[in-house]
Amino acid sequence: MRRVDAWVTYLQVAPLSLVFLLFLVVPIATIVVVSFFDYSTTQIIPAFLLQNYEELLLSPVTWQTYLQTLEFTVITWALTLAIGFTIAYYLAFYVRSATWQTVLFLVCTIPFWTSNIIRMISWIPFLGRNGLMNTALLKMGLIHEPLEFLLFSDFSVVLAYVHLYTLFMVVPIFNSMMRIERSLLEAARDAGASGWQTLWNVILPLCKPGIAIGSIFVVTIVMGDFVTVRLMSGGQTASVGLMMMNAMSLLQYPAAAANAVVLLLLVLLTVGVMMRLVDIRKEL
Amino acid sequence: MHRRGPAFWLLTGFFALFVLFLYGPTITITILSFQGPSGGLTFPMRGVSLHWFGNLFEKQMVGDFSGSFQRSIVLGLVTMVVTVLVSFSAGLAFRKRFRGSAAIFYLAIASLIVPSILISLGIGLLFRVMGVDTAWYSSAFGAHLTWTLPFGLLIMFAVFNRFDRRYEEAARDLGATSWQTVKHVIVPILLPSLIGVGLFGFTLSYDEFARSLYTAGTFNTLPLEIYGMTTNVTTPVLYALGTVTTGLSFLVIALALVSTIIVRRRRERHGSDAGKAA
Repeated sequence: MRRVDAWVTYLQVAPLSLVFLLFLVVPIATIVVVSFFDYSTTQIIPAFLLQNYEELLLSPVTWQTYLQTLEFTVITWALTLAIGFTIAYYLAFYVRSATWQTVLFLVCTIPFWTSNIIRMISWIPFLGRNGLMNTALLKMGLIHEPLEFLLFSDFSVVLAYVHLYTLFMVVPIFNSMMRIERSLLEAARDAGASGWQTLWNVILPLCKPGIAIGSIFVVTIVMGDFVTVRLMSGGQTASVGLMMMNAMSLLQYPAAAANAVVLLLLVLLTVGVMMRLVDIRKEL
Repeated sequence: MHRRGPAFWLLTGFFALFVLFLYGPTITITILSFQGPSGGLTFPMRGVSLHWFGNLFEKQMVGDFSGSFQRSIVLGLVTMVVTVLVSFSAGLAFRKRFRGSAAIFYLAIASLIVPSILISLGIGLLFRVMGVDTAWYSSAFGAHLTWTLPFGLLIMFAVFNRFDRRYEEAARDLGATSWQTVKHVIVPILLPSLIGVGLFGFTLSYDEFARSLYTAGTFNTLPLEIYGMTTNVTTPVLYALGTVTTGLSFLVIALALVSTIIVRRRRERHGSDAGKAA
């Protein structure tokens, strides 16, 4: 009987494992292998060269691009964390009825289910030269000519990131907050803590797992992003993802693969550090 | 718990602004998609018309919208069904400790955190090396699964953690086979969550861009088509497309919510459906 049970378990998990093996493990292995290949203008040639890595790491453009991407990552992380935490805090502690909590939570999450690209495009009528923002500012007399930096700039890239990904912070932090025993907060108040002290010394430390999970999502997405940078910067800003895309469009697959390996290592390193702060499996 | 002091109103204001920030742009392009035929990408509205929606379905104007729309819907539906079945099955397995469970769990986490473009690139390269053509129904389908399955699995974990195993034991004591237990007890109880996993599967696949980029092959899926349009279309037809796709997403969400509510209501009225089916 026991042996049959074990077989059933393996059968149940087999489809999942197979998908991950075929479409995650093998493709990543392929990237690693191809990153050592040679290439000409028309084809890739099996070889074992370090040249792709040399060319990549010795180019100042690479370093600038990685720095630019890291800068976007840090700014976006800080903003989504601040906004996400505040929203989650409001939902968890200030909205009293459970029904309203669910409704408002859904209101925050529904945009997640719609197309990211469409949500990026939606900023055009707002931020463009003749957009709503400029028109409003002109009418109020705050500016005398349209602001150019609103659309197709680093500003609009970060705005789009915050717009798209704050949700990834709200959900796990809200989840952490809902697990905090309400009696702990009463105890803090009875012991004479002010609202800020409770927030800083009780709520914040207990939200660390949620913050870590949200951060992992936001940081990995921004580090690998290329669509948002491409669309929102109007092609004026670089990102690691875009660099890979350019190599791909020139059919320099091994060069793109080497870049992919470097990015992957950087992402895994970052996530590894954040994972030390939290045991994800306990959080479910 | 909190008195409604200034902090409450301050935070309420902040929340309201956040919601405006989330929905404002979408509402704006929805309005602008009804521009008159001579209208442009920004306000003012020059009349109200369905001109741009009509434009959307003329093939030569904006590329292959209908075709990519159909492909995305089919792909989304298949991904949805497969995601529900595979994550549910894996969720059942993960209730026991088995050798390799930690490895598979970490693969699922890896699948979430490895940037989409790497998965796309990897699968694209793999097919190229093997000499097989990429296509939306093969390589892109697999790429989408690497995104939907981890979400599905994590939801199943959360759900099974809260599942009361006594129902299952009761069923077994009454002589149900394992299969009957799954079919008449576990599935009916978990139905709302399974609908949720399905919703995840469909919309994530339907909107996926990065993972489709190097895996979709000759025929575009809808997000690829939209991306192509953003670089060469400068008329409100773009907004019309946005309105149509967002509308479809909302429809799917509404269907999922309504069916979850119906299941709950039925349960409140009749008690659990478990064991009611013949």
